[in-house]
Amino acid sequence: MGEISEEELKPGEELVIAEVGNPTCGDMMTLYLKIKDQKILDAKIKTFGCAAAIACSSVTTELVIGKTIAEAWKITKEKVAAELGGLPPIKAHCSNLAVDALQKALDNYERGVNVIKK
Amino acid sequence: MKKNQTLKSVYLDHGATTPADPKVIEAMQPYYSEKFGNASSIHWFGKKAREGLEKARETIAARLNADKEEIIFTSGGTEANNMAIRGILDAEKGRNHVIISKIEHPAVLRTCQALEKKGVDVTYLDVDKDGFISLEELEQAITGRTALVSIMHANNEIGTIQDIKAIAEICKRKKVKFHTDAVQSFTKVPLDVEDIPADLISLSAHKIHGPKGVGALFVRKGVELAKQMHGGHQEKDLRGGTENVPGIVGFAKAAELAEQKHVQHMQELRDCFIEKVLQNIPDSVLNGSKERRLCNNANISFKFIEGEALLLHLDEEGIAVSTGSACTSQSLEPSHVLLAIGLEQDVAHGAIRFTLGRENTQEEMDYVFDRLKKSVESLRKISPLGK
Repeated sequence: MGEISEEELKPGEELVIAEVGNPTCGDMMTLYLKIKDQKILDAKIKTFGCAAAIACSSVTTELVIGKTIAEAWKITKEKVAAELGGLPPIKAHCSNLAVDALQKALDNYERGVNVIKK
Repeated sequence: MKKNQTLKSVYLDHGATTPADPKVIEAMQPYYSEKFGNASSIHWFGKKAREGLEKARETIAARLNADKEEIIFTSGGTEANNMAIRGILDAEKGRNHVIISKIEHPAVLRTCQALEKKGVDVTYLDVDKDGFISLEELEQAITGRTALVSIMHANNEIGTIQDIKAIAEICKRKKVKFHTDAVQSFTKVPLDVEDIPADLISLSAHKIHGPKGVGALFVRKGVELAKQMHGGHQEKDLRGGTENVPGIVGFAKAAELAEQKHVQHMQELRDCFIEKVLQNIPDSVLNGSKERRLCNNANISFKFIEGEALLLHLDEEGIAVSTGSACTSQSLEPSHVLLAIGLEQDVAHGAIRFTLGRENTQEEMDYVFDRLKKSVESLRKISPLGK
């Protein structure tokens, strides 16, 4: 959990940021990915939400570290929930949001939106 | 999440329920084992149970300065609320309009919503930012078809205490029945039926260190109520079912044990806690009226973080509270009370309700403050909001 700042970037590294959800709904995540040569070197996330939302967002960052962009696209909300040992049905939407954050970040990266290069 | 490793356990959710006082359990016990008879039986066993039941009725009545004939025992506050609303509507032929506030307990709100589907007309009065209804709006809402006004005495979430004396007087003047849900206020806020002309009052035992599953409805002499629970002729033929004598005896004992000094104690601890929190934890705000507030209630929103996450953090430290956040409700909507007082949704999501009990100590409140501050800081560090 936390953030990655521009200052941390080394030459060749890129930082992409994606924000999903909104506080009105009670769930909001800001995901930070550090990428080099199509590989995710580091991932951090900040979450406003319940315990399940925090857990889903945290585990998502753990799942993507070390993966390539292509591999990261394959991460599903089912994988996130499974990594936590399952979620009660009423909390399923938390895993949705975490994966939304990931896919938005990957999409941002591919389109060059919210990307900071060193 | 790892199991609670601290030895400390602080219960601050007395608004949800309370531990039964040992004296209550002691008082109840004989009515399970020796004096176990059905209170309607005319033999010795029944007579013993009947004695306990009627003595308990006198105790509860005395606490309201009411007549014992005016107390009907129920299975709790929810049943009492249902009985009052449905009972009046069914009795008052031709009048099918009910007025309630937007911050009533679900037992009142959902009963009215269910009745709306059957053609009853319901007016939901707005409340201001502190949770008070407007007496002018109430008066204007009353029509020739109004059967009942139901406004809760003290709100369970934000603790706001309505001026039910003024409300009752308006209703009396306009010849409309007035019901108040006093589940949270009974023994904590003065409630004298000679002083407050309410027609119906709901009470509950488990909020005052009594047993769960028992409550009562005060029904003023002369008020006609249509029976909802058909069966035997118990409770003046208003509520069928073998009386829960042990529960009722426990309820009366609990009412007996509730003293003014407890109210003072809880209020002092609570006031000190609120001040400490508001002064030392930034971006925290008290929800509900500061002055006209239930003695043991503190509802505080912590901005930029979410209630359930904070609740579980505190739970890890052995501290029990509740929250109005969406995540703990089945509907994923934040508390209707917090929205009704005009809180922004994200502030409503960060609300925690602390409800103290007479057994809480200053030492416990200091511990809670300490852990609360740390938990709030920890959650704010990982939050995308704020700063």
